[in-house]
Amino acid sequence: MWTPILIAAGGCYALKLAGLSVPRRLLDGPRARRVALLLPVALLAALIATQTFAGGFDARAAGLAAAVVAVLARAPFLVVVAAAAATTALLRLVS
Amino acid sequence: MPSIVRDALGIGVATGAYGLSFGALAVAAGLTVPQACALSLLMFTGASQFAFVGLIGGGAVAAVGTALLLGARNGLYGLPLAPYLRPRPVAAQLLIDESAAMAVGRETASETRLGFWATGAAVFVCWNVATLLGALAGDLLEDPGALGLDAAAPAAFLALLAPRLDMREPRVVAALAVGSALFVLPFVGPGVPVLVAAAVALACGLRS
Repeated sequence: MWTPILIAAGGCYALKLAGLSVPRRLLDGPRARRVALLLPVALLAALIATQTFAGGFDARAAGLAAAVVAVLARAPFLVVVAAAAATTALLRLVS
Repeated sequence: MPSIVRDALGIGVATGAYGLSFGALAVAAGLTVPQACALSLLMFTGASQFAFVGLIGGGAVAAVGTALLLGARNGLYGLPLAPYLRPRPVAAQLLIDESAAMAVGRETASETRLGFWATGAAVFVCWNVATLLGALAGDLLEDPGALGLDAAAPAAFLALLAPRLDMREPRVVAALAVGSALFVLPFVGPGVPVLVAAAVALACGLRS
């Protein structure tokens, strides 16, 4: 069991380090800079969608809706997170 | 306490709850306690770890391959953050969804660094302590879902992403990312939908 653990852990670390080690000059052009700035936007947006809807349409969707409302109301970060968790938990409790 | 640090601690605690589940699940899947802890210390990327222990019973190749696919996005976070993070070998270990989300899009370089290091350190400590507890004690927190904690991460990412959506291009890219990830979700393996979304961002950014 140790061999796959160490291979997978080493590989995951190498992926992280590789991203941080891309030579600066490759990222210096205006297009490359734009890509670098858009990547996290796309990744986080995709994560929000897949983590919320991976199990179909369930209580997490209501949690996300609560988070949207909290964000639009300019609530502090931790309030947004708590609103989503509480909404999801409550919905599960009553259903 | 600066609000970035407070938010980072909040993320650490919410993530830690999943560390309890991870430790318990890893032992249930046949790993020893040191093996469960080694995954959290060395791999330190939650989605990859859950996939690894879920698949290792069926064979090492699928477990390792899926862990790597899920871990690939961490490398992509490195591109915008590379200029800010030193020493690289240490920063790399803490480069995960949460630390990246708390770092990108900050007003200043020092806020970017604080967001990254505070979140990375908070999650690293909470995740590893919780993994050990979960592995030793079994499922202390039987179902984090009962507390709605599985909705916490998407909400956190939404709150951190929202200020970046005030311009047209990021908004369009975010919408395309959501659409493409959800479209391919039923057909591809774990980790692939967000990489498809990354490819969409690449295409949008390169288009002149």
